[in-house]
Amino acid sequence: MSRIQNRFARLQASGRRALIPFMTAGFPDAALTLSLMRALVAGGADVIELGVPFSDPMADGPTIQRASEAALAGGMSLRKVLDIVRAFRAEDGDTPVVLMGYANPIEAMGVDAFAAAASDAGVDGVLVVDYPPQESEAFSAAMRANRLDPIFLLAPTSTEKRFAEVATLGSGYIYYVSLKGVTGAGNLDFDEIARRIPQIRAVVGMPVGVGFGIRDADSARRIGAVADAVVIGSRIIEEIEQSPRDAVVANVTAFMRDIRQALDTLEPVQGATR
Amino acid sequence: MQKADTPYQYPDARGHFGPYGGVFVAETLVPALEELREAYDAARRDPEFMAEFEYELKHYVGRPSPIYHARRLSERFGGAQIYLKREDLNHTGAHKINNCIGQALLARRMGKPRVIAETGAGQHGVASATVAARYGMECVVYMGSEDVKRQASNVYRMKLLGASVVPVESGSKTLKDALNEAMRDWVTNVADTFYIIGTVAGPHPYPMMVRDFQAVIGQECIAQMPEMAGRQPDCVIASVGGGSNAMGIFHPYLDVPGVRLIGAEAAGAGIDTGRHAASLSAGRPGVLHGNRTYLLQDEDGQIIETHSVSAGLDYPGVGPEHAWLKDSGRAEYVGVTDDEALQAFHDLCRLEGIIPALESAHAIACATRLAPTLSRDQILLVNLSGRGDKDMHTVAERSGIQF
Repeated sequence: MSRIQNRFARLQASGRRALIPFMTAGFPDAALTLSLMRALVAGGADVIELGVPFSDPMADGPTIQRASEAALAGGMSLRKVLDIVRAFRAEDGDTPVVLMGYANPIEAMGVDAFAAAASDAGVDGVLVVDYPPQESEAFSAAMRANRLDPIFLLAPTSTEKRFAEVATLGSGYIYYVSLKGVTGAGNLDFDEIARRIPQIRAVVGMPVGVGFGIRDADSARRIGAVADAVVIGSRIIEEIEQSPRDAVVANVTAFMRDIRQALDTLEPVQGATR
Repeated sequence: MQKADTPYQYPDARGHFGPYGGVFVAETLVPALEELREAYDAARRDPEFMAEFEYELKHYVGRPSPIYHARRLSERFGGAQIYLKREDLNHTGAHKINNCIGQALLARRMGKPRVIAETGAGQHGVASATVAARYGMECVVYMGSEDVKRQASNVYRMKLLGASVVPVESGSKTLKDALNEAMRDWVTNVADTFYIIGTVAGPHPYPMMVRDFQAVIGQECIAQMPEMAGRQPDCVIASVGGGSNAMGIFHPYLDVPGVRLIGAEAAGAGIDTGRHAASLSAGRPGVLHGNRTYLLQDEDGQIIETHSVSAGLDYPGVGPEHAWLKDSGRAEYVGVTDDEALQAFHDLCRLEGIIPALESAHAIACATRLAPTLSRDQILLVNLSGRGDKDMHTVAERSGIQF
């Protein structure tokens, strides 16, 4: 069982939702990234999604675009992201880390070389935004050969045929993009999400996380009522952006605790996988 | 005309040209691209749709565009005869309109009342705004804020035509960032919006569809050249940024044996200076803007900023079919520097009374470099993809002149 599967199994045994924060590696700088990952764990993170910055983040809204540009300006790269994960893994053997980013930095390193290096650094899963299932057979095979979970997206526009495709190629969990739009947008349709998640879960047979547009304890609670996991990204980047350097770790921890508390008041999910 | 033994059949059903092309987009857009592919497949088999496309090309764009024998230019370089395919004479002054007509008709057929487009120099933006006005559609054009400053008159043209122009402040604030922003708009408004991509790049079916709409250029040449010159050319030359004018003239010639196909890329200040936009000559394969192709990137896979005197060639990628034609050897790609393009620009002004777009001047420069090495009975056909009115400021500035 992978570290991700293990974590979800434990959560489901206790009837809890996974809280999955996202942050961009190297933002505001490389030195703070490791401290911020610790802060996420201290605040109740179950899985950390670590963004690999890319020059052309087509699926991201302005907040994550700014974070990516700042990280790249500070010299962040895919290899340095792996170094950060290695350092994190040396002190935390338990919290799964998922890299989230775009195809080109991975292809520049070479898919097989990347898979081996990521596995060696202690990465658990990889989500490549611009690798939809039909372009991902070789990538998924390389991930699995290195005991990494390939994580796929589903969207409000996805058909049932797509659910089945990601179920075949993906593992770990499914990331449901909760709206038509880019990261950080704010027009969530909770009824639509509540209708879609059980349909997806029934087909994919693995936990379903929901992200894009979740900004506070209230929206997290409403999403958590129907999903296995809640992903929060842009709002955490904003917290980092707005905090003075000496308060950023404390502020991020406090923000996470607030969300964690809201999720832990929820009843167990009806019909959760396993 | 004589056909090669194995006909050229790319892309495959999944949009791949060998290892290039494909559909590298976030999941939200996958169903929209599938819908587009199905709609386009049906439209191109529908005689009524194709008849309307052809009607519009004839009566609105002014096709067929003529082929012109540039005798004085040929004489000056003392070798092969240079013929020009006059896409500069189209309505809006460039080849871009061919594709915009096709995509706007498709948008209307699909019931999408809103079109969006990206633009660099503004030519594709102007062509998109033009067809949106023509068919009564809402039009939003994304343009890097650097380009908005450099191309003020094209911004005004788009506004006159009723389009909204949105300056893009992210990244390098140029064409590639405008494309990113247009994609973000599309992913947000996918239900009622049609994205008119201006070149043979992006996710499948765009590279194929834009090529098909632009292939009218080469199809006309195949019919016109025997009348003009008694035979097909020895060599077809076109400039390559994203590559739509080149694919348009190359594609009908792919199966014609003995015709060399040469793409002229922007070598900017020189390929060895690093300040250029020659993705095929100096790039490596990677994934950007929905397709796998040659890209200008650093060793970490980050896209690097490009340079060309011609804003329309200033792009770090290239259409995936060109990547495939390069690898397969069917087409050759060479670099033309800013200085060479400017020289060709002035040559064509003075010798033929034609002011070419700076993009097209790269193809002219490639022809005038090649012509003296060939005999006088050889024929070079150059795609003169656009006129140069839009480039007055750039050329004047390079000559130290202020208006």
